Amino acid sequence: MKDSPISRVSHQSMPASVEPVLLVRDLQKSFGNNHVLNGFNMELFMGENLVIIGKSGSGKSVLIKCLVGLMEPDEGQIMILGKDITTLDQEELDQLRTEIGFLFQGSALYDSMTVRENLEFPLRRHLDKITSSSSNLIEDALDNVGLRHTIDLMPSELSGGMKRRVALARALILDPKIILYDEPTSGLDPITAKEIIELILNIQRQRQTASIIITHDMDCARVISNRMILLIDGQNYIEGTYEELYKSKDPQVQAFFK
Amino acid sequence: MLPNYLFEPLRIYFIEAGAITRFAIRFLKEVFKPPYEFQEFFKQCFLLGYKTLPLVGVTGFIMGLVLTLQTRPTLVEFGAEAWMPSMVGISIVREIGPVVTALICAGKIGSSIGAELGSMKVTEQIDAMEVSGTNPFRYLIVTRILATTIMIPILVILADFIAMTGSYLVENLKGAVTWQLYFNQVFAHLDFSDILPATVKSFFFGFAIGLVGCYKGYKAEKGTAGVGRAANSAVVIASMILFVIDFLAVLVADVFYEL
Repeated sequence: MKDSPISRVSHQSMPASVEPVLLVRDLQKSFGNNHVLNGFNMELFMGENLVIIGKSGSGKSVLIKCLVGLMEPDEGQIMILGKDITTLDQEELDQLRTEIGFLFQGSALYDSMTVRENLEFPLRRHLDKITSSSSNLIEDALDNVGLRHTIDLMPSELSGGMKRRVALARALILDPKIILYDEPTSGLDPITAKEIIELILNIQRQRQTASIIITHDMDCARVISNRMILLIDGQNYIEGTYEELYKSKDPQVQAFFK
Repeated sequence: MLPNYLFEPLRIYFIEAGAITRFAIRFLKEVFKPPYEFQEFFKQCFLLGYKTLPLVGVTGFIMGLVLTLQTRPTLVEFGAEAWMPSMVGISIVREIGPVVTALICAGKIGSSIGAELGSMKVTEQIDAMEVSGTNPFRYLIVTRILATTIMIPILVILADFIAMTGSYLVENLKGAVTWQLYFNQVFAHLDFSDILPATVKSFFFGFAIGLVGCYKGYKAEKGTAGVGRAANSAVVIASMILFVIDFLAVLVADVFYEL
């Protein structure tokens, strides 16, 4: 990593004294001979939107799945809110997951459940986190994404954009401190994509959450990012603000902006 | 050394058999651990059991009708038509009822579990469940395997009864036998040793159907083709396992009869 361009861009957005809510050190993950993550490092701070870009197959989705324990890394350390998730038992991991919201690329709404039941699902195991009644909580969560009228519909009756917004409401229902977005605007028309971007920005403003956004959509990255990481060959190739990366002369970086 | 065209299928067979065994062991470890998903379990009992009753009922009824219609002329020829109720009763309770019902359930329930879980897997719904702090194995797999293990024997008992009703209908039309006489004849020759092994093997049939359907769905590969393969192989493997269980059950029951 000594020669990596990461050293060329200073880490200006957050002061060094602030404790990161999420810290990844030397993360490695391979599938056979395919080294998907090869010593990846990152820090995420409270209240920031960190965008991770990279070519298809560069390991972005594997990274995000390692962060929530859906995949086990081969080596490395993942500290979330001060806890190393690679050493937690199942119960501790489930408890920590209540602090993490995850928006899946394909929304991943449960087909056999109504919108209400989809939102109820994360609540059933974590009643200790609920202060008001679950019914109010669900209605409020749907209000936040402007879809209260869909409460008794099935996911098959929703459009792609509506599914994404319901999935976002579900990801937020336990009031997480960290939110992971896996390509939040992919497959959506530009208007719906803009609505999703605005929702992500509103969430950041209102809740001061820390977010990791994986995307190929550079318009999305420009609007929502406080900081960006370019992932190449399983390593953080370059890191900085959108403007810093935009001005980079490195051809591999420029390829994303052209 | 075995030639490659024999070695490779055998290798795949043993890998698959090992993986299903590990899956079954994981089920046995998880089934007793709280929290228990009672609501999902009863929902699956309704969906997998009650919703299969019409299909099992119609098949059972036709099974009884056909068995009686096919057998009756031969028995009449030997002047043994009075043995018809007991013959039908024993054949249905001991063998035909459990095996045919289980095969139908392997087709309907096995494929539906395989396709549903496979589709949940490829659309990341199982990942979403895990991220929300719910153990998907306990919520999806344990409940479904338990539901099939309990509901298949119940369906077998109902199918047996409906098949005998179908048989009675033929007997009544051809020979004017009353309902009471027919069933008195059936139960006069049915022993506890006929009913118990059949019921016990039905539990194993139910377990196998749920286990294979869940295994194939839970391990489905990415893409819609993976879902199709999961549903298809769930039916094929479950059907094969049913015959193996049936064979073993008959062997074990035979040993007990001789004791």
